[in-house]
Amino acid sequence: MPIKSLEELKAIRASQMKKVKLRDHGESDDQQIEILIGMATCGIAAGSREVLNAFIDIIDTENLDHIKVIPVGCMGYCHSEPTVQVNIPGQEPILYGNIHPEDIQNIIHKHIENGELLDDHILIQTFQTIR
Amino acid sequence: MAKQRTHIMVCGGTGCVSSQSLEMIETLKTLIADRGYEDEVGIVKTGCFGFCGQGPIVKIHPDNVFYVQVKPENLVEIVDEHIVKGRIVNHLLYHEPTSLKQLKRHDEMHFYKKQYRIALRHCGLINPEDIFEYIAYGGYEALGTVLTDCTPEQVVANIKASGLRGRGGGGFSTGLKWELTAKSASDQKYVICNADEGDPGAFMDRSILEGDPHTIIEAMTIAGYAIGASTGIIYIRAEYPLAIHRLKVAIEQAEANGLLGDHIFGSDFCFKLQIKYGAGAFVCGEETALIHSVEGARGEPTKKPPYPAVEGYHGKPTCVNNVETFANIPPIVLKGADWFKSIGTPTSPGTKVFALAGKVNNVGLVEVPMGTTLREIIYDIGGGIVGGKAFKAVQTGGPSGGVITKTDLDTPIDYESLKAIGSMMGSGGMIVMDEDDCMVNIAKFYLEFTQDESCGKCTPCRIGTKRMYEILTKITEGEGTREDIRKLKTLGQMIKDSALCGLGQTAPNPVLSTLHYFADEYDAHIDAKHCPAGACKALSKYAIDPEKCIGCTACARVCPVQCITGQPKMRHTIDAAKCITCGACYTACKFDAVIRP
Ligand SMILES: Cc1cc2nc3c(=O)[nH]c(=O)nc-3n(C[C@H](O)[C@H](O)[C@H](O)COP(=O)(O)O)c2cc1C
Ligand code: SF4
Ligand code: SF4
Ligand code: SF4
Ligand code: FES
Repeated sequence: MPIKSLEELKAIRASQMKKVKLRDHGESDDQQIEILIGMATCGIAAGSREVLNAFIDIIDTENLDHIKVIPVGCMGYCHSEPTVQVNIPGQEPILYGNIHPEDIQNIIHKHIENGELLDDHILIQTFQTIR
Repeated sequence: MAKQRTHIMVCGGTGCVSSQSLEMIETLKTLIADRGYEDEVGIVKTGCFGFCGQGPIVKIHPDNVFYVQVKPENLVEIVDEHIVKGRIVNHLLYHEPTSLKQLKRHDEMHFYKKQYRIALRHCGLINPEDIFEYIAYGGYEALGTVLTDCTPEQVVANIKASGLRGRGGGGFSTGLKWELTAKSASDQKYVICNADEGDPGAFMDRSILEGDPHTIIEAMTIAGYAIGASTGIIYIRAEYPLAIHRLKVAIEQAEANGLLGDHIFGSDFCFKLQIKYGAGAFVCGEETALIHSVEGARGEPTKKPPYPAVEGYHGKPTCVNNVETFANIPPIVLKGADWFKSIGTPTSPGTKVFALAGKVNNVGLVEVPMGTTLREIIYDIGGGIVGGKAFKAVQTGGPSGGVITKTDLDTPIDYESLKAIGSMMGSGGMIVMDEDDCMVNIAKFYLEFTQDESCGKCTPCRIGTKRMYEILTKITEGEGTREDIRKLKTLGQMIKDSALCGLGQTAPNPVLSTLHYFADEYDAHIDAKHCPAGACKALSKYAIDPEKCIGCTACARVCPVQCITGQPKMRHTIDAAKCITCGACYTACKFDAVIRP
């Protein structure tokens, strides 16, 4: 459906805002958990496609319907690809670097289920973004 | 097991590790266990906070409290006060130098404006293949506003007032370029996005296209409206398949939603986009060569004027802008020219994305306001030099730029200041070099690239860069003479003065700038046949492995030129400048400690 006016665009934006809130402040209206995976050339070269597939497999086999995987672009942390961000409603987003398929179990079972953060993988967001 | 409620995050970046952050992690673990909190409180090692000058850094999560310059003796206090009693330890907070205020939360700190993302604002944040995520972050609102509320003249005036300058290397005023193209009367005009990205050290354009393709579509459509064009062309190198794929998906989605194509936003304005592929020749990034390549002709530059703004694609007025330049357009439209001018320096407003690479701990893409110093980029954001080695120089501007030395580390970077110190902004490649990098070798690397990429149209560039490359090769092999230095300088100047396009005009820069700042290194190669950095294979000398040497003195006794020194039972060293590579020490050493070149 073509968007015919600025008002229509703003209405669509309002209906999409939920995602923005979770990613920025951990606010959300539902219990959906988001996993963002850096899928630019640099990330893919470092193995982010395997990481994405590993997440999808485990979500599928364990029926983790409340976890959604979203491919995103490059965050600029080339020194620590592949990068993965875990957004849990009500919590500050956590960014991980150097994540490989063998770390996925820990993200799901330690971090998401038990609140334990993964040692040695946490990256710190070192920039501000305009809003 | 109880759910962990708090985490003590300790920086495990190189800078903080060197001030004992790893030992502090162990201490913290014991302290927490002693108090019986080990199930609830996790202690984790993190990556660099980009604030190494204030390290070691400890952050308490989820309180978002940020402690700086933490010493081992402060840990008991952090645990007993903050973790046990929930009271913030004020004297460990960061004091902002200007206001002397204590800042508690890590996101409050002015410091974090060191990296400020405008062009990269959506990269890593949105799904590039989902137009609705882009819209959720305010996407296409700039285009909607422009088409609903502004005349093309107002759009041009706004961009001009913002002071935005081309991020593709030249730094030409974007508003002025749009104005010139808008004023050229013609039945047909074109907008071209230059996504050729030929600098071997740069990849920000690729990242933007892969992470946020809709931004480029939106900005090009705004440009089309502003200058009166109904067709846009994205010229992208075929080696960027993922960026091409995401652009195609984005174009389809934009068309399906009435944001590209006929009657955009229900207005009379129509704009179509095409993608054209480049074969990856550096010279095709030059705008006239690019236009010829899009036309299907040879990618060779032609004389300017006429500028593309007057006579470009198929002889029609054409506005060529770089990817990163375009990425700045929607925020300027939405937030205004004054907002944009408030960032950066007066002559170069806004930010610049740099691809930080080389011997720096945190390699990656950084976006900083213009006017940030190289020291801040390399030592704070970049986390310093790998292995704690000595900084030697940083190369900016890729094959067209030059080296910047320690003396200029505190120069606030913008287009003018970089030029003044013999380098240039270029597209944003930034390669950090340490004591092990040989400056002659670096110059040779770039000349090898440019002599290969020269299109061959003008003789000084085609033959001159080859000769320069040959001379540099000779010097790195120890065959150089004093005459060669003079030749490099005259040849360099001649090529600069007589080349037709920017490739030739700037190709000698890496040589001229290293000759200027590191004359002694050239001299060492020529006079002493010695490479001070030990990088030139042909010149490398015998050396002693400090791990293996037991100090038996056997080598020193046989060296015919007495260039090995050291006390008995202590490590010996070879003065490489004097070594004549006779190999006697190698045979004499019974401990395998002498390393052959
Ligand atoms: C040899 C050479 C290579 C160039 N390569 C690029 C390039 O890869 N990308 C780019 O945007 N501009 C490149 N430029 C600059 C373009 O000619 C042109 O100035 C630029 O695309 C204009 O856009 P801007 O004003 O937005 O920077 C190159 C120039 C020269 C001389
Ligand atoms: S300066 Fe070099 S690249 Fe440019 S037109 Fe002349 S030969 Fe070609
Ligand atoms: S190679 Fe010969 S000149 Fe060089 S240090 Fe060894 S003994 Fe001395
Ligand atoms: S001979 Fe070998 S072990 Fe003995 S001093 Fe020389 S390098 Fe060291
Ligand atoms: S190493 Fe700790 S802040 Fe950079």
